Amino acid sequence: MKTVRNLPLHAVLVVVGAVMVVPLLYAVLSGFKSTDELSRNAFGFPERWLTGNYTDILGSGAFWRLLGNSTLIAVATTVLVVAVSALASFSFARFAFRGREVLFTLFTMGLMFPFAVAALPLFLLLRSLGLLDNPLGVILPQAAFGLPMTIIILRAFFRQIPGELEEAATLDGCSAFGFFWRVLLPMARPALGTVSVLAVVTSWNNFMLPLLVFTDSKWWTLPLGVAQFQGEYSAQYARVFAYLVLAMVPALAFYSVAERQLVGGLAAGATKG
Amino acid sequence: MTSTFLPDQRKGPDVALPPPAAASARGRARRRLLNWLTAVGFQVPALVLFIGLVLLPMLFALYAAFFRWGGFGMPSDYIGADNFTHLFDDPVFLGDLWRCLLLVVLSLALQLPFALAMAVALNQKLRGRAVYRMLFFAPYVLSEAITGVLFSMIFAPDDGLADHVLGAIGLDTLGGEWFADPSWVMASLFLVMTWKYFGFHMMLYLAGLQSIPAELTEAALIDGANPWQRFRNVILPLLAPTLRISVFLSVIGAIQLFDLVWVITQGGPDHHSETMAVTMFQYGFKRYQVGYASAISVVMFGICLVFALAYQRFVLRRDLEGATTTMRGDGT
Repeated sequence: MKTVRNLPLHAVLVVVGAVMVVPLLYAVLSGFKSTDELSRNAFGFPERWLTGNYTDILGSGAFWRLLGNSTLIAVATTVLVVAVSALASFSFARFAFRGREVLFTLFTMGLMFPFAVAALPLFLLLRSLGLLDNPLGVILPQAAFGLPMTIIILRAFFRQIPGELEEAATLDGCSAFGFFWRVLLPMARPALGTVSVLAVVTSWNNFMLPLLVFTDSKWWTLPLGVAQFQGEYSAQYARVFAYLVLAMVPALAFYSVAERQLVGGLAAGATKG
Repeated sequence: MTSTFLPDQRKGPDVALPPPAAASARGRARRRLLNWLTAVGFQVPALVLFIGLVLLPMLFALYAAFFRWGGFGMPSDYIGADNFTHLFDDPVFLGDLWRCLLLVVLSLALQLPFALAMAVALNQKLRGRAVYRMLFFAPYVLSEAITGVLFSMIFAPDDGLADHVLGAIGLDTLGGEWFADPSWVMASLFLVMTWKYFGFHMMLYLAGLQSIPAELTEAALIDGANPWQRFRNVILPLLAPTLRISVFLSVIGAIQLFDLVWVITQGGPDHHSETMAVTMFQYGFKRYQVGYASAISVVMFGICLVFALAYQRFVLRRDLEGATTTMRGDGT
């Protein structure tokens, strides 16, 4: 009875699921075809499974270089934004001081201003600092724009830690920084995991900033590489599909490992924002 | 003795610095100053990053918007508000505003209700719901650049998957130029945006739905409320804070839309999918009219600011207390 009533619902979910999955599956299958076959046989299985498209890309150094750059920039951004935000959030959550609310409001206002708004002046600043074609030119602004969300989430978490712990640490002769470093941070590991995952995903997917900063392909990240590859091989559909699939794999793999932190972080961020 | 910081910080916002008058108060005043210096010291790295790379650039754009400037040297050719008056005469920019509004309306009227429906569907016990959730949310972790390239190929005229599918089910008349057709490009773009983002909003709603105590809907059930009444009168009001945040994020997202458009159409055909950020990019980085592009940045900033303040004033106010002072659940 119950299943019968749910039947239309299941049908809808299957259709929506198909719409979500088919583009991805189509890309995977197309990567195994030749471009010729692709125009004849759009959505069937490949007549012959050609692995050349994939292996050619994996065999070239360029793809791995993009992957390395993306990883380096994501890790550096994450370490920087989480470290700096943790210090600030500690101060916001555990100190009472003149100007605290003003400062906090300043940071939360950053949440309202998307990166695209500041892109142009930021570019001019980076150029005058000589940070173009330098990974720091992407890492530092990414960290700066990640501060509001990270501070909001960490501050809320730090506030939950009972004041008694702090008193005990102080009585034991622990300095403010000692309490932060030896007590607060270890306790905040889940929150730190959440904000780190958010920072990694944001950095990994960033397109506009690297597009502005890196004119030299030496430092290109994956999103730039994908857009460039399509321009270069626009006639070779199958090859571009293979490239797309390979570029998706790291993000989807990361998602499958860090799903809990990611979803939890978005929910936390959104209900706090 | 090293208690340079106050143990309980949950009380009042600011501690007034005492007047350095009585000798007995001197020690306390010094301790407070030390406390203040320690607290602010922890803020310094974040402040340097934030002021240097977020606030100062914005202020500079506000300054540069009043000059005719190619972007090299310091701006010197002051032209008053000319950039702004030109902007509001520029059919492309006015079109940007119109398209932004269009995307906001489409998102609020179609994408978010759809996300809500999916969230409600997947909030009940259902075979395979974990798989559906994961699947619907997955596109959110893909970069806009990858999504854009993927769909520019799927919607390629004639050869793309979309036209093949429509042909196969006998609807070839519906197939067409997609992104290359001025009258269809925004609709196609909106389809891609929905594919990419509805799962994100669904996840927010799911988090909100799960925080609604089951007793409330059960009580309504016992009182004889039908499913629609339970949704309309119990669930929806309790979900309001989440809905408001989701609407806010959706609008801000529409204002700053760049990556997808840049990768798929670069604003074409003939400006029919251009957004404010794309126009800004064109003037600032392709035509070197940096003063003019700065004016676009300033207007985008102004729209965000007005929207954010108005939203906070009229819509978000009730949520703000809870939003910024408590942490419901541990988020993980």
